[in-house]
Amino acid sequence: MAGAEGDDSLYPIAVLIDELRNEDVQLRLNSIKKLSTIALALGVERTRTELLPFLTDTIYDEDEVLLALAEQLGSFTVLVGGPEFVHCLLPPLESLATVEETVVRDKAVDSLRKISQEHSPVDLEVHFVPLVKRLASGDWFTSRTSACGLFSVCYPRVSSTVKAEIRQHFRTLCSDDTPMVRRAAASKLGEFAKVLELDYVKSDIIPLFTALASDEQDSVRLLAVEAGVSIATLLPQEDLEALVMPTLRQAAEDKSWRVRYMVADKFSELQKAVGPEITKNDLVPAFQNLLKDCEAEVRAAAANKVKVFCENLPEDSRETIIMTHILPCVKELVSDTNQHVKSALASVIMGLSTILGKDNTVEHLLPLFLAQLKDECPEVRLNIISNLDCVNEVIGIRQLSQSLLPAIVELAEDAKWRVRLAIIEYMPLLAGQLGVEFFDEKLNSLCMAWLIDHVYAIREAATCNLMKLVEKFGAEWAQNTIVPKVLGMANDSNYLHRMTTLFCINALSEACGQEITTKHMLPVVLKMSTDQVANVRFNVAKSLQKIGPVLESSALQAEVKPVLEKLSTDQDMDVKYFALEAISVLALA
Amino acid sequence: MDGHGDGQSRWCLSQVKGAVDDDVAEADIISAVEFNHSGELLATGDRGGRIVIFQQEQENKSLPQCRAEYNVYSTFQSHEPEFDYLKSLEIEEKINKIRWLPQKNAAHFLLSTNDKTIKLWKISERDKRPEGYNLKEEDGRYRHPSSLTTLRVPVFQPMDLMVEASPRRVYANAHTYHINSISVNSDNETYLSADDLRVNLWHLDYTDRSFNIVDIKPANMEELTEVITASEFHPLQCNTFVYGSSKGSVRLCDMRASALCDQHSKLFEEPEDPSTRSFFSEIISSISDVKFSHSGRYMMTRDYLTLKIWDLHMESHPVETYQVHGYLRSKLCSLYENDCIFDKFECCWRGDDSEVMTGSYNNFFRMFEREGQRDVTLEASWENGSPGCPLKSWRVSTGSRRKRNEIGVDCLDFSRKILYTSWHPQENIVALATVNNLYLFQEKLN
Repeated sequence: MAGAEGDDSLYPIAVLIDELRNEDVQLRLNSIKKLSTIALALGVERTRTELLPFLTDTIYDEDEVLLALAEQLGSFTVLVGGPEFVHCLLPPLESLATVEETVVRDKAVDSLRKISQEHSPVDLEVHFVPLVKRLASGDWFTSRTSACGLFSVCYPRVSSTVKAEIRQHFRTLCSDDTPMVRRAAASKLGEFAKVLELDYVKSDIIPLFTALASDEQDSVRLLAVEAGVSIATLLPQEDLEALVMPTLRQAAEDKSWRVRYMVADKFSELQKAVGPEITKNDLVPAFQNLLKDCEAEVRAAAANKVKVFCENLPEDSRETIIMTHILPCVKELVSDTNQHVKSALASVIMGLSTILGKDNTVEHLLPLFLAQLKDECPEVRLNIISNLDCVNEVIGIRQLSQSLLPAIVELAEDAKWRVRLAIIEYMPLLAGQLGVEFFDEKLNSLCMAWLIDHVYAIREAATCNLMKLVEKFGAEWAQNTIVPKVLGMANDSNYLHRMTTLFCINALSEACGQEITTKHMLPVVLKMSTDQVANVRFNVAKSLQKIGPVLESSALQAEVKPVLEKLSTDQDMDVKYFALEAISVLALA
Repeated sequence: MDGHGDGQSRWCLSQVKGAVDDDVAEADIISAVEFNHSGELLATGDRGGRIVIFQQEQENKSLPQCRAEYNVYSTFQSHEPEFDYLKSLEIEEKINKIRWLPQKNAAHFLLSTNDKTIKLWKISERDKRPEGYNLKEEDGRYRHPSSLTTLRVPVFQPMDLMVEASPRRVYANAHTYHINSISVNSDNETYLSADDLRVNLWHLDYTDRSFNIVDIKPANMEELTEVITASEFHPLQCNTFVYGSSKGSVRLCDMRASALCDQHSKLFEEPEDPSTRSFFSEIISSISDVKFSHSGRYMMTRDYLTLKIWDLHMESHPVETYQVHGYLRSKLCSLYENDCIFDKFECCWRGDDSEVMTGSYNNFFRMFEREGQRDVTLEASWENGSPGCPLKSWRVSTGSRRKRNEIGVDCLDFSRKILYTSWHPQENIVALATVNNLYLFQEKLN
């Protein structure tokens, strides 16, 4: 130390420490985030004996400060002197694990899980397990919910005696009198089962799973569904039917639609967990029931899983099961009364083509696709169109094209501009699949019409669309088809449409290449420099700047430079600004 | 009559809170009264947007014969007046409802609402203060940096107990009409809020979204014939709630059946007696409060003149009906003229569900024993004598006054009314509000 003199190097740390108590939340937060700096300056011993006790009592603070504190403490092992002293971090984290704010508690539990790995087995039993027990027996449900997240991280590394105690505590929390704790237990049941010995999974976990899946609270039962999927992955195949399936079958028929929704949502994981035999015998009928559920939310969740479910059916019976059991339900859903169900199905149904093959697709799926292309709900039509590549691989797009066109036209002319915008996004994909001849004959006029839509976002998207089409079909196609039409708009009486011409030229010049840009586009741009609307004129300057690098250098000097110089003396400030900017960027001075 | 001496009841005045002057400020009018789940705390809200929380005296808890004593524990401003700029409407700060959450830790939480916005408040105690700055003295004067020779870490020292209330959540922008009910679900993570036409479901942790679960707004507002007046979750079944309407019916909805509950599971409605049909029939049938019993088996509804208790398994008619102030049936015309007919009285259950209580005019409140069908009319008044003396039981006569504890129906003061009541969940203590006073009554045990 520096004797009687002050130590300047202490000043910044002193400020950080004092600001742990600042009135301003943001300053306290800043100091908490620099907690490691404070700890380094104090040294490991003072960190343990002074800083941590102070932090342990700071649970009065704002949630965001507590959240940052909980996070910092998870990385503090080195700062308290290494794994030998990591248990000193337990008191403040235990405090944080009891606060009422869920995100703070969860972060404290995360940090406790993290530092539990740095405890030796002896320290785990001496320090960490007692903490878990205190939380598990706490008066308040907040500490008991936190305990649920800590059992699985200490169980594998403690003695048999302590393991038995941990299992007992977990059992107690599974039948806690508050739904909050039972929900926490249900949500951790799966991960706890993963660390238990198989015999205890059967003797302890299965009864708990069955009880939670029968809980009076819907929110507990639906979390038990998720646990059931985890547990199913742990059991040998021969035990699944007796131990897990009765409960899961019951959940699939639960009186609460929320529980059935959870079954539908987890169906793919469940299918993988139980394997092919139980899938054939149990899951196929259950899936059919979910597809026919009286609640639309459940039907939509199940519809979303149709493709994945079918893909994972056992190979030997896949086609039979789909044709006999799944397809009839799918047909019903195509004409469901709820549009969310229909659009969920439309987003996956095309994927059945690759599973069923060409003949079945033509005979059974094609009529469904065609019906969906005529659906009154735009989202259904869009979902079919966005998945055309699936069916293209199997039967080719021609089978659909005669129905595609009316669907596309209707979407393209929808009164809601967001629907029009959505179909534009798919146009390059469609063009690629339908081919250039179909496009020129049927879709080109739509693409051009969008350029004069009254909504700017549509015109902008249409411009971008043209650029992508040129990239796909090539410059020669562009020159023969769209470039003349785009350039023709330069004479439109609506200045917004004239502006669109400039935007198109900006977008297309690079893809079209030097020759088309110099010989066909440039003359139009130059001519528009005399437009009477200032907005058009300054966009001419911007366009010249944009296409300049694409042009032949002789054109730059002979044609572009004089026009920009004239615009730079324009009466309008913006025109002058952008003209000078273009001259500068193109180095024409 | 009650089973004891003539004119006497088992109830006595315990405490009165609030000023006694007759000049009452609008902001001081009490608009909500609610015990928490243990009965330790009692919250009141007023038209000025304030909430006052009273705490039961600890020392008296071990002495069952002593008076219940509640003292001010925390006072805070819950809601402020606001202005809806889009509709050019003022939003009053009046507290419409208070509901406590189950206790999570040492702190307490309650939901409060005005017409538009629901807030979650935390009431917590603090008895330690950090001491030991590096760069300034405890009185705030700064030390010179050069005097710094070592680093000090603050230490928490005891201090006098401080109670603070802090807003934890604000749930706004979800109600077009006036919120009349909030109710916490038995799952303890969701709650509902109801306005005239809609019931919304919220998760306590999310303020930016709620789910509309009932919507009775017709496509054409000219076809509106009915509004939602009260709503409550079942105390045990997380999927069940009810809402009462201005037409005197109560609908029970099951959230398990479907995401939207526009189709009810049960309709509780008593057929109208044609012989008593009048111009006022529909107005007085409006449900002003609906409360489930603690057991979850029964539901109590209050309309203008009666309290009804329904068995949830029988919708056709109530199993018990109590006349609160049937003598007013002859007065409905004048009550219509002075707007009293639109008053919304609350009701409440005793902790063991054996009795029910509701308010009336002239600062009278009525208690009904369900077994034995005994009822009593008591008055909340300073003039009841000193705390601890048994209250006298009143009788309202339609004829001329005869006895000391009788009052003629023409003498009732309709400006003095008891709308807001709450029964201690575990003890025989009731809290009720007159205009600007909070009264606590306790049942004598001997």
